[in-house]
Amino acid sequence: MDQQGRLGLIETGEDGSAPPAADANDSPPVPVETIPPELGERANDSQPPVAVETANPPPKRRASARSMGGKHRAISISEFFTKNRHLLGFDNPAKALLTTVREAVDNALDACEEAGILPNITVEIDPVTGYDDRYTVLVRDNGPGIIKAQIGKVFGKLLYGSKFHRLKQSRGQQGIGISAAGMYGQITTGRPVTVISRTGKRRPTHRMVLQIDTRRNEPKYLSEEQLEEWDWEHGTEIILTIAATFKGGRHSVDEYMRQTAMSNPHAHIVYRNPRGVDHVYERQVHELPKEPEEIQPHPHGIELGMLMRMLRETKRRNLTDFLKEEFCRVSQRNAEEIITGTAKRVPDRQRNQMLRRNPKAMERHEVEALFKVLGETKLHSPPTNCLSPIGHEDIRTGLFALFDPGEHDPSEFFVTGETRKPAVYRGNPFQVEVGLVYGKGLEGDNAAEVYRFANRVPLQYQAGACAITKAVQSLNWRQYNLTQPRGGFPVAPMVVSVHISSAWVPYTSESKEAIAHYPEILSELRLALQVCARRLQRHIRRQRKQRDAEKRKQYLEKYLDPISEALQEILGFNDQEKARVSVQLTELIDPQEEEAEPEDEAEVDEMVGRPIRHVEVVPEDQATTDDGSRETTSDSIVSPEGAEEVAQATLGLELPEGAED
Amino acid sequence: MARKKTIDPEKADEITIETLAKLAKGIHQSITRGRYPELISPVRSLQNVKEFRKRVGYLEIGEKIKTRTLSVNTVKTFAQTLKMMSLSKDLVETNDFATKRDAYYQSKNWGPAAFKDQPESDTVMDDIEAMVSRYGLGREHLRYIPDEHGGSVAGALKVHDKDLETGEPEVIDCTRFGSGAYSIPSWVEHLDFETDADFVLCIETAGMFQRLQSHKFWRKYNCILVSLGGVPSRACRRFVRRLSEQAKIPVYAFVDCDPYGVANIYRSLKVGSGNAAHVNHLFCVPQARFLGVTPKDIVDYKLPTHPLKDRDIKRANDALSNDPFFQAHPKWQNEIQRLLDMGVRAEQQALARWGLNYVIDEYLPAKLKKTGSFLP
Repeated sequence: MDQQGRLGLIETGEDGSAPPAADANDSPPVPVETIPPELGERANDSQPPVAVETANPPPKRRASARSMGGKHRAISISEFFTKNRHLLGFDNPAKALLTTVREAVDNALDACEEAGILPNITVEIDPVTGYDDRYTVLVRDNGPGIIKAQIGKVFGKLLYGSKFHRLKQSRGQQGIGISAAGMYGQITTGRPVTVISRTGKRRPTHRMVLQIDTRRNEPKYLSEEQLEEWDWEHGTEIILTIAATFKGGRHSVDEYMRQTAMSNPHAHIVYRNPRGVDHVYERQVHELPKEPEEIQPHPHGIELGMLMRMLRETKRRNLTDFLKEEFCRVSQRNAEEIITGTAKRVPDRQRNQMLRRNPKAMERHEVEALFKVLGETKLHSPPTNCLSPIGHEDIRTGLFALFDPGEHDPSEFFVTGETRKPAVYRGNPFQVEVGLVYGKGLEGDNAAEVYRFANRVPLQYQAGACAITKAVQSLNWRQYNLTQPRGGFPVAPMVVSVHISSAWVPYTSESKEAIAHYPEILSELRLALQVCARRLQRHIRRQRKQRDAEKRKQYLEKYLDPISEALQEILGFNDQEKARVSVQLTELIDPQEEEAEPEDEAEVDEMVGRPIRHVEVVPEDQATTDDGSRETTSDSIVSPEGAEEVAQATLGLELPEGAED
Repeated sequence: MARKKTIDPEKADEITIETLAKLAKGIHQSITRGRYPELISPVRSLQNVKEFRKRVGYLEIGEKIKTRTLSVNTVKTFAQTLKMMSLSKDLVETNDFATKRDAYYQSKNWGPAAFKDQPESDTVMDDIEAMVSRYGLGREHLRYIPDEHGGSVAGALKVHDKDLETGEPEVIDCTRFGSGAYSIPSWVEHLDFETDADFVLCIETAGMFQRLQSHKFWRKYNCILVSLGGVPSRACRRFVRRLSEQAKIPVYAFVDCDPYGVANIYRSLKVGSGNAAHVNHLFCVPQARFLGVTPKDIVDYKLPTHPLKDRDIKRANDALSNDPFFQAHPKWQNEIQRLLDMGVRAEQQALARWGLNYVIDEYLPAKLKKTGSFLP
């Protein structure tokens, strides 16, 4: 945990001075500075932090350099947030509620999975009596719990997290979310955050009420106590009070919970909305997703600032080791090649000198040369075991959580799913999955519904800015027998869900609402959609053919009899002969020409021209069925029989362990 | 195949039944041998009309045939065609007949094969007629008679008919209709003729026919008058054809002098039409000759004229460039060209300029003195 980094207060200098955290009573020794790249510039330009109280004698004349110097001070990220909360998804009361729930649930799921626990999540939203614009949000999980010393930091300090400084697929990325929610609640209602946590059966249950000191980005404890009893052996509960509005629709919390259940079939989720409606999403898959491995950065995926930081922080004594050990996919040979290339660009250093160079001592122009060479050197793609896709079987299962089949038998729907092989954008591995359901029970005159997920988190806002939306729109669905207005979604009774998993999902903003348009990502999205669309097309054709055959048969039966009858009338043969003629006519005109379409022919991909591995164990149109015990108050996800084994088998096939060197 | 041989009226019914059975047998055999049955008929269009041969005397259908094979798309028409053939057999056997409309209503008993509307049944009937035309038969032989009749007859002729109910022969004396006339029935195959007339005079307009009948023109010139009533109906053409063939007397046409009178009325009467070429062998009167009114008559008799209309000019040009009959007759080409050059037309009643009965007293007698100069 230690070296995974933490803390986000602005610091300065290269000496690794600790931030001016006031009293470090409950915080462990803070390691070297860690600046998120996007804040790096600002940090380097700013002066060392100065005590705030002494900083502002009101000048009556033009400021002197001295007094101006006095005005420069570090901006705490918490202060920054209070002024820019829209960047984090708190722009309006309805969205703030969603963001709060989302951050809490994302954390809960991440924690459970990381600890290897099948998640049980409870979400309750209650209106605060006396207010019509305040709600308390309670999120409880059965995760590993948080040790007492960390509770304050996790919930009371922004940019404090375990996820930012590593490359591993998880829902949260920046360590900004839940504490931002706490801060939002504090700003809008003045209420503190309550956290209850227990780390094991024999461990005490701590209950802490805390606030965030927004100036210093530090937690402030209002009360702490040990609870005598708590229902759960381990887990964490957080209660926040925030100003919010509860609304329905696509952007609602209800929708978020539903979609989360869809993308997390291994979780058991109980959700009560402010109107007192309970939703129970039962666990559909009783195994945790494959745990994503943490990987080292790939040389093609880093930026200059990050390289400089890594050089400063490394424990390696020479550049060769640094390259080999701190990055993935750099062999001895690669390292030597990189250094040789760097030495050529640095006239004042010999190659041999460079090989043994102390990373910490490297000068700026050396680092820049190294950075350039890193980007140009040919290297293997990063390992893909840092990814944990939903799996196309589960994505198909989950689709039924996204719409209500109504009176229709789910087996009437066409369901398909496709998990692409991992690919890479800018040195970051990612993987695309698409699930598609089509059937007459869905509304046919409307545009298809498209659901977007990133690392199992539903994306509900900014559809227009998202690469997923663009990929769906840019595909020519007409080619697959669907109607499509120019540049729009196809018009069909269809639901599409798209999932991107990656160690670092390139969101367009910190509020994690849309995925950036990297060409590699768009291309993978299109390929996955094409595979599903092609199968859908086959289904539509087959359906049409069946319909036609049926019509044809009826039609023929109608007219074949008059033919044999007329022949009998003219030629005067007996009824036996007439029957014979009828039979022969039928055979003649309607031979059983069921030219069975080869189902598992190797499909050749249109765009790249390589065969797609297509593992399809269960016939596609044998959609999942539900046992019929649907309760009015609970949405349950239907589970296909044997889906798990299939998913296992498929995962094993489609995601070979480790690298594909 | 003995195509288009003249059908002996005595044996017509027998041949009809045989032909129907032959066609049905072919289909039956195809089916029992596992082959797709086919219905074969000639292509019915002006494009499939042969070059005119004087020896033949009518516009002949070409060699192009249309084959309809039993398939999902044709199964309904196939069923309807066979049911229509079956109905035809029934009609012949019961010595009855049906109009197109009758047949349409009959089909309502055929269950799913019933016709939806009359155009549908008309098409099937035309197809069947085309099919049996290859065996020299027409629709009338199948006992499907046209709804339209048309054509009146007066003069030195006795028509031998039969009472359909009793089978008793009936003799109709066409001299005894007063100022009226005998009306040609829709179906003339069974009629016989008794006459000593010298010729048949076919008249385009009812008004002219009435004048000649009222003044008993036929008595003085020993002839049979036929009112065509515009383009003659099938029954009328067939009547004149059978009459002239049996009595072996010439047929003279007296029509307006305009492209319609020449290219439509006279041409149809004499050699049949382009679009129904498959039945022309039945509905032509090759013996017919053109008495008048000719373009020369307009000049000679100083007839009052009207200018040619656009559609007249178009029709005339069409006749010159497309019609196999006129293409085979340079004399006709000259006449039509002359008419076009004059740019006028004259109706037969224009002769009334010289007095109402000028036509009886002067024009026709003069013409009949020079029958050898009639246009072909």
